[in-house]
This record gives sequence, structure tokens and C-alpha cells, in this order.
Amino acid sequence: MSAPSSRLLFDEPGPRARRRIRVATTLSVLAGIVLVALALRQFADNGQMAADRWRPYGTWPMWRYLLEGLWSTLQAAAVSIAIAAAAGVVLALGRVSPSRWLRIPPAAYVEIVRTIPALLLVYIVLFALPRYGVDLPLFWKLVVPLSVSNAAAFAEIFRAGIRSVERGQLEAGLALGLTRGRAMRTVVLPQAARRVLPSLVSQSAGLLKDTSLGYVVSYAELLYSGKVLANFNHLLIQTYLVIALIYLVINASLAKLARTLEARQRNRPSRAARTAVAAAVPTAATDAGNS
Amino acid sequence: MNVITDHLSEFGDGLLLTVELTLLSLAGALVAGIVVAAMRVSPVRVLRAAGMAYVEVLQNIPLLVWLVIAVFGLPEIGVIAGLFTTSVVVIVLYQGAYTAEAIRSGINAVPAGQGEAARALGLTFTQSLRLVVLPQALRTVVQPLGNIAIMTLMNTALAAAVGVVELTSAANRVNLAEAKPIWIFVTAGLAYMALSGLLGLTTGVLERKWAILR
Repeated sequence: MSAPSSRLLFDEPGPRARRRIRVATTLSVLAGIVLVALALRQFADNGQMAADRWRPYGTWPMWRYLLEGLWSTLQAAAVSIAIAAAAGVVLALGRVSPSRWLRIPPAAYVEIVRTIPALLLVYIVLFALPRYGVDLPLFWKLVVPLSVSNAAAFAEIFRAGIRSVERGQLEAGLALGLTRGRAMRTVVLPQAARRVLPSLVSQSAGLLKDTSLGYVVSYAELLYSGKVLANFNHLLIQTYLVIALIYLVINASLAKLARTLEARQRNRPSRAARTAVAAAVPTAATDAGNS
Repeated sequence: MNVITDHLSEFGDGLLLTVELTLLSLAGALVAGIVVAAMRVSPVRVLRAAGMAYVEVLQNIPLLVWLVIAVFGLPEIGVIAGLFTTSVVVIVLYQGAYTAEAIRSGINAVPAGQGEAARALGLTFTQSLRLVVLPQALRTVVQPLGNIAIMTLMNTALAAAVGVVELTSAANRVNLAEAKPIWIFVTAGLAYMALSGLLGLTTGVLERKWAILR
């Protein structure tokens, strides 16, 4: 991954460059050690290093509680991903339809939702909807705003995928006598979905991060469970660091999965598909970062 | 509609705070992003690893978790700073990771001949990065950076969850006092749309001015 980029700015080092690199290495390692030492001293000075402040995190009941929080996180994420992806497909199909009346509403939806913070949507579901008699259960108070906001991102990813499939595919389907809808569904969409799979995975990872808004909703996902736990055992920084670690492990695995899928796709398909994806995926990837 | 005019000052203050948060975060994230991207392409392996670790750790933990750690956790170890400052620093570090990745992809898009030419002229790593590669890299990633800017604007709303009274939080407070959610939240939404429209326009102008076609 870093091999091509690292070659750009320096050659195979000669003796002088190697000495300079060694000096820079030593200095940066020293700087790193100093930083870690400072952080640890800050922890120790405030009594946060004491073993009994960390020991609870080695016990099973604690982990069972945290894993239950993680399970709720995964449930909320899975349901939101399913809804957002389904809505995304519909919106994307609308945006590539030949009829202007079908194109405009999805385009408007995507453009509007892309520019409204998820937290504002959460507040609307939390505080506005109950005024009009819509009081959802906690789970849906988190899932609905997340689905609404991520549907736009999924729509953009699917649209990039559909547009990356060669026109000939759709035309061949039509020539076989399929209706437009069927040709889209059975010929174009499956190919599009395969091509944007890495972007779909990274967008899903982004959505998983967004479920931390459960903290605001009081839905007992990982972060809110942490808040409750910290209120109870007063081990605030320890709890949140453990939770950050759990998020890191889960999301880093998802990111790794996305990279693996991308690498596999780059190696596999025909040349035409490869170039088409190279043209279409960068836009999808930047949108995917937009969570 | 009266709700809005009655609470214009609250909305104005919130909007101002959102703009301040966004602009400070953008400036900081650009600096952080350039530094981390430079680390990731440097000839020093430790720095490359550190840059990669930074990006992985920052990107894979939700911003809200970072904000909660910084706002409620850091005082526990004796690091006390204002709420606004803390939020800005956290958003800078978080968006810095995304900015770094965008800039790095720009650096990779610069033809290898540019770096070789710079070295042939006798420029050191820092010089060739600063004078030759980075200016071209930044010009190719105007559009992705614009997307990150809009993402930053969206993410400043999360500061509301830890108690910064920016636009989202201001709207929520006005709503709790007045209980007229539709107008209040629509106004806040329109304000966000206007701000991202501005960011988008700026990006477009800069893109037309600077973009290098490859």
C-alpha cells in the first residue's frame, strides 16, 4: 500500500541519507517515548493508574455488560444499514430513470439530506415528532434518523455503481425483450452492487460509527452503556478508553474487509470493468467518507 | 414564524458558533492533514508507521466517542481546557485524519517524474515535498477536500451532544422553550443547507481556479 507512494519522494538512500534517516528515526522514537511518558505521568499524578481502577475491566461481568452494549450497537447498525441500503437502491434507480418526474425527487432528497447533520435529525425524531403524536420506541428513535441520513450516501454509491456498468448491458437486456425495470433489476443492478461493494462496506462502517448517537437518544448501545457504567462505577476515563478500543477493533476490521474486497476486485474483473470502476469509484469513495 | 424572529439572537449566536467551529476546524485539519500526509510519504519508516497509526486510530473511533473522552475524561487526568477549545481540538484531530488521506491520494496522483526531477535538482525530501509535490497534490484534491469541509460542518453538530451551544443545540433549546418544532428545526436545517451551499460554491470556485486536469 505504501510502496508506490513511498517511492515517489525518495530514492534508495545512500550513506548520507541513511545516516539522516537514522537520526530522524531516533528523534521520532524519542519524541514518541516522551509523549507516552507524559501521558502516563498525567494518569499517574491523578491516581488513574491505580490497579484497582483498571482491574474491573478484566472481569467477565464487566465484559458481558459491554458486549451487550456492542450487540445493541450491531443490531441498530444492521437494521439501519438494511433500511438505508434498500432506500438507497430505490433512490439511485429513481435518479437514473429516463423520466424527469422520477429523477427530481430523489435528487432533491439526496442533496437536502446530505447537508443536514445526523444529530439534527435525531433531535427532530426525539423532540419534534412526539409533538405530532409520533413517539417511537428508543431503538427506532436511533435507527430512523440514521437510515434517513445514510440513505442519501448509499444512493450516491449505488448511482456511481449503476453508471459504471456499460450502457451495452442495459441495451442488451432491452434487446432480449426485458422491460426496463427487469433489465435494471436482473442485469445492471447485480453488476453495479458487486462493483461498489467496498464502498458499501466502508459506508456501513461509517454508519456503525454514527450509532454512537445512541448516547443522545439514551438507547443502550455501546457508548450510552459506557455512560451508564461510568456514572455507576466512577471509572470514567477507563470506561471510555475501553469503549474506544472496542470501536477501534470493530471498525478497523470492517475497513480491512473493504480494502481486501477492493484489492480482490482490482485483480479479478475484465479490463473494461476495471477501467470503468476506476472512473466511478473515487466519487463513491469520497461520498462514503461523508458520514 | 414568530418563534424564529423572537429567538433571532439565539439562532444568530448558534449559527456564529457553528461557523467559528467549522472554520477553525477546517484550518486546523488542513495543517494536521498536511503534517500527517507528509509523515506517511516520508523516507523514515517510524514516521510512516506513526502516520498510519494516527489515521487508523482517529478514523475508526466515532467522533462522539472522542468528544466524550476529551470533554469528560481529560479533566479526570488533570487536563482542563474550555469546552469550545476542547471541541475544536478534537474535531481538528479527527478531520485531520480524513484530510491526510485525501492529501495523500493527491500526492500519489502527482506523476513520479515530478519527484524525480526535484531530486535531480538536488532538493531534499522536505524541499521537494514543499516546493514541488505538495502544491500540485493540493490542487488535485480540491474537490475531496470540499467534501471533507462539508463533513466537518456536519460533524460540528456533534459538539452539541457534549454541551457546546452551536446551531443544532440552539435550535433544540429554542424548541424546548417554545415547543414549535417544525419552524425551528426547518430554520436550522435551512441554515445548515446554506452553509454547505457556501462551502460547495467556494470549492467549485477554487476547483475551477486551481484544478489540474490529468
